[in-house]
Amino acid sequence: MAELLFWPALFAYGEAAFAYAGEARRPGTFGRPAIWGVRLGWLAQTALLVVQAARADGFPWSSWGGALNLFVWLVVSAYLIWGCRPRFGLLGLAVMPVAALLLGLAYAGGGIAGSGDHPGALLALHVVFMLAGFAGLTLAAGLAGFYLWQERSLKRREARILRLRVPPLESLERLTGRTVAVSLAVLTAGIVFGLVRFATDGGSFDAAMGATLVAWALYSGAVAARLHGRRLARASLIGFAVVLAVLPITHFA
Amino acid sequence: MPAPEREFRLDLVGISHHRTPVEVRERVAFDLEGAAALARELAGSEGEAVVLSTCNRTEVYAVGADAERPFREAGVESVVYRLHDEAAALHLFRVAGGLDSMVLGEGEILGQVRQAFEAGAPGPLLDRLFRQALHAGKKVRTQTAIAESPASVSAAAAALAQQVFGDLEGRRIVLVGAGKVSEQAARNLTSRGAEIAAIAGRDLTADPEQLAEEIARADVVVSSTSSPGFVLTPRHVRARRGRPLFLIDLAVPRDLDPAIHQLEDCYLYDIDDLQAVVDESLAGRRREAERGEGLVAAEAERFRAWQASLDVVPAIASLRARAEEIRAAELEKLARRLSDDERAAVESATAQIVNKLLHLPIVRMKEAAVTADGVIYAQTVRHLFGLSEEDR
Repeated sequence: MAELLFWPALFAYGEAAFAYAGEARRPGTFGRPAIWGVRLGWLAQTALLVVQAARADGFPWSSWGGALNLFVWLVVSAYLIWGCRPRFGLLGLAVMPVAALLLGLAYAGGGIAGSGDHPGALLALHVVFMLAGFAGLTLAAGLAGFYLWQERSLKRREARILRLRVPPLESLERLTGRTVAVSLAVLTAGIVFGLVRFATDGGSFDAAMGATLVAWALYSGAVAARLHGRRLARASLIGFAVVLAVLPITHFA
Repeated sequence: MPAPEREFRLDLVGISHHRTPVEVRERVAFDLEGAAALARELAGSEGEAVVLSTCNRTEVYAVGADAERPFREAGVESVVYRLHDEAAALHLFRVAGGLDSMVLGEGEILGQVRQAFEAGAPGPLLDRLFRQALHAGKKVRTQTAIAESPASVSAAAAALAQQVFGDLEGRRIVLVGAGKVSEQAARNLTSRGAEIAAIAGRDLTADPEQLAEEIARADVVVSSTSSPGFVLTPRHVRARRGRPLFLIDLAVPRDLDPAIHQLEDCYLYDIDDLQAVVDESLAGRRREAERGEGLVAAEAERFRAWQASLDVVPAIASLRARAEEIRAAELEKLARRLSDDERAAVESATAQIVNKLLHLPIVRMKEAAVTADGVIYAQTVRHLFGLSEEDR
């Protein structure tokens, strides 16, 4: 059953990625098939997660493959909040190829299996909150990249700037800031659950924890300093680079 | 064999900016009231007419009316174009979609088509034609991006401001100098919700502190003075702290020091930059127009099929009436020899025979109506069954 849902999800995400590439080349041509690919893929993956949860004896996403599966779903869910709007459509060009690739990796890593383990409620909450936080920060990085690209186009006075339908510069800045703030709150909750579990169950401080705290400190610094414009976008991208380092350390090592 | 004449022929006679200069066009130009009166006069009691008159074209759409008359009376009949039926419909759909406009894709024409339709004297055919034209025009505007890109420097400036700020509601504009060009740009911005916060004349530009104060509060600066040097330099622009400032320099020689563009959060566009955006967007409009042509062609095909179906409707009605007339006459001859029950049975049986006999020919006629053969079928049926013109 899970296999039956996995392949449509992967196919739909892949179709969306290609359609977004086509939309970037010929605006107004492939926008609709792209967003429908995301929607249908998300529905299939949601059903996949439901089936996994129903079948598993325990928490089915604690393996790296499972975590990746859940992570992809969270990223696409966050994208769907804005992605349906035509002006934000091209953000999908950054999100969907990565989503399709990671979902494929999740499959290779056994992430759609129905089995699970019993990590306890605290660890399950820790994993879910951490992944949700990282998913939000991934999206914030996409928005920040979009902001920098558009800011550069305005500074270069590119004649084609109005050809592609993209969100206004100020909206991108505002959304990047809000997404970072919300994701940081979720990440903080994830870290707190992790620390509580660490205090109760014991264990040793490792590199993954250190890297997570570095990323958290970076984002917290950006929020506290009320960075804006180019600085906020760059900070989001630097923070995301640390997140990129954290994820493999925590789940693929 | 010559193509048979349609019963309801649509005629279009017109002149437009494509082939006719303004000194000729103005001889047959009408305001809305004049166009309405002319349409009523041409239509008379039995015909249909709609007169579309804008600064770029005057066109008369008519059914059963003399569409050439206003052009003949103005002595310009030698330069008119004449189109009929499907070609006339396609032309109107292109006009409504802005595909025949001087500025490709401009949206004003759709409103003008609507006004002409509402003021005109349409009957069943022109009513259908103009409703479909309005639909086609909307479709071109919503299903292509033809209307999204700006076609003038002032519209490009407003579109770029929206690219920076999104919604312009409540955004503050400072006008430096108040020429015609900057007024036009300001009008484009205010129509999108921005407010003119200050107009800086010579007194204000003479006071750099006050000007810097105004600019610190502004979101958009539009400049168009006849000053020989820069009116605004980086020293007039205070740190923006994340608040973008969009500057539009429409003056030649330029008013705004290009060094302002290097400041963080400042975006300065001069007249050449804006013209480049317009050129690119017009090229984009041409690409979108190709898609628009496909949409209006499909609409024209739908209209053609509908118009063709009109050709067979009277023939079908006449055929049914003739069959019913014969049935009723034959039944009357038998009436005295039949009881009530027998009469009811015979009536039911003959009605079924007539219906079954006519069913297939009528279906075939309707099928033919959507192809080019509708008129031929209608004429053949009239000939075979001896249906006179009065039966229509």
